[in-house]
Amino acid sequence: MSDTDSEVISFFVREKMLEEQEPPLTERGAVKWLRENLFSSWLNGLLTIVSLYVIWYILSGIVPWLWSPTWSLGSLSECREVLTGLGETTHQACWGVIRDRWQQLLFGFYPSDAYWRPTLALVILLAGLAPVLFGSIPRWFLLFSAATPFVLFLLLWGGPIWTPLLVGVGLVLGVVAFRYLVGVNQIVAVLAAIIVPVLFWLFLVEPIAFELTYTAPIGLEFIPSKDFGGFMLSVVIGVAAIILSLPLGIMLALGRASDLFIVTKLSVIFIEIIRGVPLIVWLFTASLLLNYFLPPGTSFDLTLRVIIMVTLFSAAYIAEVVRGGLAAVPKGQYEGADSLGLSYWQSMQLIVLPQALKISIPGIVNTFIGLFKDTTLVVFIGLLDPLGLTSAIRASTDWNGIYWELYVFIGVLFFIACYGMGRYSLWLETKLQRENR
Amino acid sequence: MLATILGVIGGVLRLSKNWIVRKLMAVYVEGFRNVPLLLWIVAIYALMTEGTPQPRDFRVAEDGTAAASMIFDAFAITNRGVYIPAPVWGPNAVFLLAIFVLSIVGAFVYRSYAKKVLFDTGRLLPMVWPALLIAIVPTILMYFILGRPIGLDYPELGGFNFQGGTQISNPLTALWLALSLYTGAFITEIVRAGILSVSKGQSEASFALGMRPNRTMNLVILPQALRVIIPPMTSQYLNLSKNSSLAIAVGYPDVRATLGGITLNQTGRALECMLLLGLFYLGLSLIISFLMNIYNNSKKLQER
Amino acid sequence: MSVTENIPTRQIDRSQMKVSDEIAIEITGMNKWFGTFHVLRDINLTVQRGERIVVCGPSGSGKSTLIRCINRLEEHQKGTIMVDGTELSSDLKNIDKIRSEVGMCFQHFNLFPHLTILENCTLAPIWVRKTPKKEAEETAMKFLEKVKIPEQANKYPGQLSGGQQQRVAIARSLCMKPRIMLFDEPTSALDPEMIKEVLDTMIELAEEGMTMICVTHEMGFAQAVANRVIFMDQGQIVEQNEPKEFFNNPKSERTKLFLSQILGH
Repeated sequence: MSDTDSEVISFFVREKMLEEQEPPLTERGAVKWLRENLFSSWLNGLLTIVSLYVIWYILSGIVPWLWSPTWSLGSLSECREVLTGLGETTHQACWGVIRDRWQQLLFGFYPSDAYWRPTLALVILLAGLAPVLFGSIPRWFLLFSAATPFVLFLLLWGGPIWTPLLVGVGLVLGVVAFRYLVGVNQIVAVLAAIIVPVLFWLFLVEPIAFELTYTAPIGLEFIPSKDFGGFMLSVVIGVAAIILSLPLGIMLALGRASDLFIVTKLSVIFIEIIRGVPLIVWLFTASLLLNYFLPPGTSFDLTLRVIIMVTLFSAAYIAEVVRGGLAAVPKGQYEGADSLGLSYWQSMQLIVLPQALKISIPGIVNTFIGLFKDTTLVVFIGLLDPLGLTSAIRASTDWNGIYWELYVFIGVLFFIACYGMGRYSLWLETKLQRENR
Repeated sequence: MLATILGVIGGVLRLSKNWIVRKLMAVYVEGFRNVPLLLWIVAIYALMTEGTPQPRDFRVAEDGTAAASMIFDAFAITNRGVYIPAPVWGPNAVFLLAIFVLSIVGAFVYRSYAKKVLFDTGRLLPMVWPALLIAIVPTILMYFILGRPIGLDYPELGGFNFQGGTQISNPLTALWLALSLYTGAFITEIVRAGILSVSKGQSEASFALGMRPNRTMNLVILPQALRVIIPPMTSQYLNLSKNSSLAIAVGYPDVRATLGGITLNQTGRALECMLLLGLFYLGLSLIISFLMNIYNNSKKLQER
Repeated sequence: MSVTENIPTRQIDRSQMKVSDEIAIEITGMNKWFGTFHVLRDINLTVQRGERIVVCGPSGSGKSTLIRCINRLEEHQKGTIMVDGTELSSDLKNIDKIRSEVGMCFQHFNLFPHLTILENCTLAPIWVRKTPKKEAEETAMKFLEKVKIPEQANKYPGQLSGGQQQRVAIARSLCMKPRIMLFDEPTSALDPEMIKEVLDTMIELAEEGMTMICVTHEMGFAQAVANRVIFMDQGQIVEQNEPKEFFNNPKSERTKLFLSQILGH
């Protein structure tokens, strides 16, 4: 036992620094990887073996089925003959149906000479979305994005060019009215921004469009929406609903966060009722009931009704996402905007919403993924989405009794689309996190 | 219910140290999340009707073989539904049932007793095995003492179909399987996110105090993860209840079909039917979120 | 930061601060890699019972990793670590034994937010040491009094200030009656006015003769309490000496550079 500290200390100075060394063999490369990831304990070893067995079991079931030389065949009975002839069992896929009908699965009964239109529409859609999604593209491009919906409408449904153009003009009128009146009174400005375009659409669009079509018949061949089908229908419903529901959803979110008692309660009731009831019930409502609520005499086709219903539906979900975004904007930002003397609308438009929307994009994309998957539900009210088409295809004598090939094809398509979007929203989330730090 | 179990197991497995298990779970989650539920329901339904043997395949042929055989001679999966043994209630069955319930209560009592012993004297009694024994043994004992009051009626092949037992129709099975697997995939992700949200420092602190990984999970990680898990879990349960309306795809008569289909056809009053239907789901949603809110509040964290 | 900052205002009672010949920790030829990165290189260190060691060095030099290896929060790949005569290996029994002898405090406290202060302190004694609850609570209250926050016992960690939380963390470790305490930058997440209260607690602990290894940049604390200062850089021990010599007469160029950076203005 020593009382003074210094006696025990071994003085030490390192004169030469040690060089970095390679880890020992068991700690690097494949050996380490195997030891850490697969066999770190006996339980893990057991799990590894069980999982390997599961993988083998599943693959041994699926691979032979997938690997089937039936690409060029024209009917299920031909398939069976060929497979039996090869000495194979019938537990194999018959891929001829995909080759035969893939266009139908993608486009439904859309006229085949017009397939370029939806394809072009998709390209334009992606191009139009680019500035919103990646945010590193010049601002003038946004104008192009704003024009995209009208171009899409024209491409998909066809008809004279004037109607979508005039609808766009109505929106511009609304914006102009808002800008003009916002100096006078905010509430008046908001009301005007809503009323002016609605009046324009109700009373002026039709006659003007008619006149213009008469004098300058520019346009594409009209294609009724009952010919829409397949994957295209899913995309159309999904995209239309999400684009239309964004402004509505933002309004609802603002309404829910507002100080006005009635506005808040109304928004809450609307959101909760929509969210509390399954989409499928709303779709039935759309197919059966929407005519009750619309002015008598107006009857428009089922697809449009469905799009309206799905829009309302997704607006409620988007409102919740945007509400989360609004809540995530720091309180200091609101206070900062107030202290600058900005009005409610100005502060929302210039300060809060840009930030809130940026935060909510991943959520919106996720909502869209859910919505996109749910578009398959329209099969129940008689629209021919991809799943509906499978039964249509089965109804032909050639392909009676074919299930799996079609399901797999559709599943893979949906998987690619949804997985891609899911990755995108993950990427965006990590990007936002990086920027916020 | 199955979805919750699947989800919790899946969530833990996805965080496993085992690379293959991790990847396998990732494939499961991504596969189910990115394909429409409806597609899964019809696919599983098709699998069950097209891919399963017909009842007559179970008939033993003259050479002593059958094209299909029953599992444990008690379960038969056919294209007309799944047949399972049905319980036959004997005279003393109620008594047995009471004992079963009592012994489960007993197991819980034992657990809290063991905890009390630990707190009072510091002796740690084994918890899992005795509790299980208490829950199970008396029932089995009484089962034989009372002379097997509950028998099982096995499904048997008679004519062209099975006789006896209980038939669970394929649409129900398909719906149940698809919904469980689908929701399970989502819950997996929720559980994973919940466990990941508990910072690494928490488990390190617990290890540094000398606690074993299992106990760390039970006493430190899970109670905290639960807070994060509950809100998204609530919305998953809401989704699940709403998704059950997809039963229409496989023709199982759920509320939507009975109310929205039959009633509608017979009365022709679309508006009232839809209203009733909407109200039903709305009520269901409100009840679920109300219950989950209560649960959530009980787990809430004290902050400054 | 300067040497004069955070020097304890009162006289330190050195009567209990005795270094015995008994060896508490013995590390020989220890190496550790993170992937292919060589974090700890050939560490040799013997700690005797009653020593107060301060480990300092630039960030990324491996000092935290070193003390985390001592209670196996990190696994070392080469060499041996003996704690109280027990070798650290993958043997669970040894790890349990060592962990219950070695207490640790973290930079971010790592209190359990879902338990009250008292429950935080009694959790491990009850479940690991198998102490009866009542006794564990009495011990916990004793240590909470020692760190001067007995009145907070029924609050939750979220309701306490950073300094209070760190003192609770110290009390929580003490409840396991450890023979060695490890501190991993206990004050670097704290506001300046809270640093002192934590350091005072640590000094008190030192006065009672606790063996301590402390990763910290509080040089005032090092001068007042430590009997040995270790300087680490690039995963190796570059210099060790008793505090007076270390600060006034550093031998290695790296040490000089580091000291001038941390003490200079």
